[in-house]
Amino acid sequence: MLTERSIDHVVLERGEVANSWRRERWDSLRLLTPNWQTGLPGLRYDGPDPDGYLTAIELAGFLDRYAAFSGAPVRTGTTVTSVRRTGDGYRVATDRGELDCRAVVIASGACNRPSLPPFAAAVPPEIVQVTTFDYRRPDDLPDGGVLVVGASATGVQLAAELRRSGRPVTLSVGEHVRLPRTYRGRDVLWWMDASGVWDQRHDEIDDLERARRLPSPQLVGTPERATLDLGTLAAMDVELVGRWAAVRDGRALFSGGLRNVVALADLKLDRLLGTFDDWARSSGQESATPPQRPAPTAVPPSPRLRLDLCGGEIRSIVWATGYRPDYSWLDVPVVDPKGRLRHTAGVVDGPGLYALGLPVLRRRRSSYIHGIEDDARAVVAHLAGHLAAAA
Amino acid sequence: MTAIDNGVNVQALLDARDVLKGTPEAAQFTWRASSTWQNGVHSTTRIQNFYGLGAEQNHKSETVFEADHPEVFAAQDNGITPIEYLLVGLASCLTAGVASVAQNRGIQLRSVEATVEGNHDIRGILGADSDVRNGYNDIRVAFRIDADASQEEIEALVAQSQKRSAVFDALTNPTDVSVSVS
Ligand SMILES: Cc1cc2nc3c(=O)[nH]c(=O)nc-3n(C[C@H](O)[C@H](O)[C@H](O)COP(=O)(O)OP(=O)(O)OC[C@H]3O[C@@H](n4cnc5c(N)ncnc54)[C@H](O)[C@@H]3O)c2cc1C
Repeated sequence: MLTERSIDHVVLERGEVANSWRRERWDSLRLLTPNWQTGLPGLRYDGPDPDGYLTAIELAGFLDRYAAFSGAPVRTGTTVTSVRRTGDGYRVATDRGELDCRAVVIASGACNRPSLPPFAAAVPPEIVQVTTFDYRRPDDLPDGGVLVVGASATGVQLAAELRRSGRPVTLSVGEHVRLPRTYRGRDVLWWMDASGVWDQRHDEIDDLERARRLPSPQLVGTPERATLDLGTLAAMDVELVGRWAAVRDGRALFSGGLRNVVALADLKLDRLLGTFDDWARSSGQESATPPQRPAPTAVPPSPRLRLDLCGGEIRSIVWATGYRPDYSWLDVPVVDPKGRLRHTAGVVDGPGLYALGLPVLRRRRSSYIHGIEDDARAVVAHLAGHLAAAA
Repeated sequence: MTAIDNGVNVQALLDARDVLKGTPEAAQFTWRASSTWQNGVHSTTRIQNFYGLGAEQNHKSETVFEADHPEVFAAQDNGITPIEYLLVGLASCLTAGVASVAQNRGIQLRSVEATVEGNHDIRGILGADSDVRNGYNDIRVAFRIDADASQEEIEALVAQSQKRSAVFDALTNPTDVSVSVS
């Protein structure tokens, strides 16, 4: 898009193209978005399985193809160490020298670091702790019980895979988003796309801050298109406990509010499916499969509130408690006290400074790979206007 | 939206939320109670002032709570037991939440009744069995709500009220409590 507008540019990447997909993902990961949704401006998935889900390595291959196709001037192996304001633009320092530019697009990702609760430091040292950045496969963990913390996409996927490896698994569940893999014969993300939920704009969302913090949905991409929710996990003998609230005297203490977070997720799912049904009716999309509602999630009658971390029942902990961005290299005062970039629809609080690739940047769709096209178009248009005005 | 009125000034709460987002210091409140031993297991607790919005604040009047044990515990029953006060807090907090959320969602309430039951195995406090905890084993809250809303909307009110409840959180999640002697 910058080339189309004859705007001179470079792309700086500390690793290689598709670095996060090559270095920061576990072995079994597949996208949770179906292949037909995978696309970047001018290049869409064109393989044999539009309803399937790419593996991380397949996606890295797709991004390699895209880099060649777009001819983007990518300088790999170049880490940005500082960006600071100069008279009419920015000075970018890298481990390979400095660059001056009039505009910067921050596309360093929303998931650079694991986000851990402070009491992780109070876990007894005998217990092996891994985050989703270090975890690759079940064999990396010692035999014995695993406590998986967090029940969003990552947590439910890893809990299932660790349980299948034969390990006893306890899953600590906070607020989460329940979704069936398919609804009325279609991928649930087809409905998100078609019904317009994903088109909702940042300024149409009641609580944007909350929307941006919303955890990823409980979804997994498998050839069987299987649903992976708390009910599935309970049927596999994964023990469900409430949100992990504290460590005291060598014990993990879990919230007694599990029932409520489960009820909230069930209610929200019903409302979402209602939105899909309404849209289907009003747009003449009625399919052969009638509306249905998944059964409410069964909560164990008395979920455990305490777990002794010293007794040997738990040998390892997998923190699937989310991610945060890393802007330690950004020496411009545009990061809020919570470490998030201050921006409106990708236009950052600093002239000539832009952001792309953040959750709900402009629309709900922005959180996903296929959301980049519209976002990039809008941001590049603003950037071009900025350069023209400054010229 | 037709004007519905549950008597909650939601606008004031929303305004406060916006203001306090930018001034987290003002959002720091300290609630206080002071109690005096009377005799036996009977004590009197008074609540009058608190700190918040950067200044000392006062309730319109002081409230006095008597706590004691019932006669089946061989006490005088000058007031409810301390653990029953937790039920008072939980019921009133969830009810306040239901009213506020309903107001915010434009739902007119006609009546809200809650019954709260806490199951308590007193062998814990008596030291009769070390596997029994001191506190409640579980607490059940049953709401009966008459409102201009579907069953699903009412369930959502109750769920949201728990999500934003100070007492629900205080009971379900651990809190750091320090006790000192001067
Ligand atoms: C576990 C996981 C699963 C996901 N699954 C899906 C899915 O199924 N479908 C979907 O659509 N989306 C998914 N997403 C979201 C998707 O990853 C993002 O939408 C997308 O990766 C954003 O791309 P990006 O290039 O903006 O960010 P990233 O992919 O994070 O890339 C940022 C790049 O910036 C580089 N970088 C960072 N800091 C510096 C620096 N200082 N100097 C130089 N380079 C730097 C990094 O090395 C990296 O290569 C998932 C995300 C995660 C974390």
